[in-house]
Amino acid sequence: MAELRDLYQEVILEHSKRPRNYRTLAGTSLSAEGYNPLCGDHFVIYVDVEDGRIRDISFQGSGCAISKASASMMTQAVKGKPTADAEKLFMDFHRVVTGKNNVGVDDLGKLAAFAGVSEFPVRVKCATLAWHALRAALAGEKQAVSTE
Amino acid sequence: MMTATNAIGWPHAAEPIEFDVYRRRADFPILSRKVHGKPLVYLDNAATAQKPQAVIDALVAYYTTENANIHRGVHALSEQATESYERSRAVAQHTLNAADTAETVFVRGTTEGINLVAQTWGRANIGRGDEIIISAMEHHSNIVPWQLLCEEKRARLRVAPINDDGELLLDEFEKLFGPRTKLVALGHISNALGTINPVSQVIELAHRFHARVLLDGAQAVPHLKVDVQALDVDFYVFSGHKVYGPTGIGVLYGKRQLLEAMPPYQGGGDMISSVTFEKTLYNRLPHKFEAGTPHVSGAIGLAAALEYVQAIGIDRIAAHEQELLSYATEQLRAIPGLRLIGTAREKAGVVSFVIDGVHPHDIGTVLDQEGIAIRTGHHCAQPLMQRFGVPATARASLALYNTADDIEKLVTALRKVREVFA
Repeated sequence: MAELRDLYQEVILEHSKRPRNYRTLAGTSLSAEGYNPLCGDHFVIYVDVEDGRIRDISFQGSGCAISKASASMMTQAVKGKPTADAEKLFMDFHRVVTGKNNVGVDDLGKLAAFAGVSEFPVRVKCATLAWHALRAALAGEKQAVSTE
Repeated sequence: MMTATNAIGWPHAAEPIEFDVYRRRADFPILSRKVHGKPLVYLDNAATAQKPQAVIDALVAYYTTENANIHRGVHALSEQATESYERSRAVAQHTLNAADTAETVFVRGTTEGINLVAQTWGRANIGRGDEIIISAMEHHSNIVPWQLLCEEKRARLRVAPINDDGELLLDEFEKLFGPRTKLVALGHISNALGTINPVSQVIELAHRFHARVLLDGAQAVPHLKVDVQALDVDFYVFSGHKVYGPTGIGVLYGKRQLLEAMPPYQGGGDMISSVTFEKTLYNRLPHKFEAGTPHVSGAIGLAAALEYVQAIGIDRIAAHEQELLSYATEQLRAIPGLRLIGTAREKAGVVSFVIDGVHPHDIGTVLDQEGIAIRTGHHCAQPLMQRFGVPATARASLALYNTADDIEKLVTALRKVREVFA
């Protein structure tokens, strides 16, 4: 079960059961939907951006432990950061979960818990769904994004 | 009922094979491999079944000794390949107890068979305001082809409801019939729930309203005896790969007078009897519907699979799977927080379930690490998932080679799932 524990790290399980920033955000202009129809994973990300900085962020929806924990931990990681930093964090996160390289893993902080996902290629789409939705929200895209 | 004889002299009964599940497991080489260091427990048979050595050998033998194009060469190989291909058709005909090989069309699989009927019979017979009835538990492949047809013809698709156990509500079904009902398209067995539908009653009902019936038999042919003449069904389709045969081959049965009257599906070689630039005459049945070089090896592999099933006996396979289904149902019910989706009285070897607080994909990943293959997702039946208010389910599905030991491993792994996600 060693490999399974690599995927389902305690922090991931904990966030999937008690997601943070799990609410709608009243009065935000930016939001986007992430939907993977094959799994049924479905999240909405709400972002409040002021002067190029993510002032507040939240999400709602349902999905597997990986996708939910990823959404929850993403909101914590990018809250208060300039949108450019969030974009860079996404690039580092993406490289790590897809196993491309672990160069950015030290900069990921808590998100490094998702490094185990690279051993489970079919679950990469779960870990990245919320991130793609966040990018869509920041870009003002109206159509739901999918990672399937 | 006698099946028509044919030039090759088939069918003659295959040598019976003893049904000892452990011996039969040895017929399937893949079952001896390991996954993540654990012996493979294969419980994704409703997606596709594993192949016995007899099927693998048939494919190898064909390509090793007989390969040629069929229905055209005068040389020895072409003649042999043609004979093997047509003999395979006779095996398929025999499996369904069709009256004639002319009624047995090779297609790529169930999906192509349904699309063929929708695009030929459907386009010729469905008009504006006509109605097609399907059920709430259909696979996407028995929904979308009819939606496309209805859109084109401005016809109406009506959906027969089911109860919370996943059974058709026959009274409600009957209310959907009217003078404009032209077709009922129904799954014989639900891939997502395992429900065995009361197809005889539905066919009788439909015929009373002069409607035709197509049955999607993808999940039925591997698990029970199908007799298209006794059913009096108009169209019946199934896939080879779910009944231990190769992928890319399946069968469409259609009543002769219906097939005769239908326009061809695709144009090309083999489906014509003569071509001039002014006028083309179509070939006789079933070749009219088999344009181009067909999947010869697939048909031969499918025949090997159907003969393997016949040699064991479909009734004995069904009895074995029913016993395992009861055991699995009882064992899974005892797991706290587990809810079965699909609890029809008449069921085949499918156990769909959800576990409180655990997404099916997480269940699937944990089980995979234990070497256990199940399906998680919407099973190409999204409207059905909506009916049960779940985005997806986990599904274990049985075949002739599954054992009580497989079920015990599944149950142990599911308890582990509960521990990980408790």
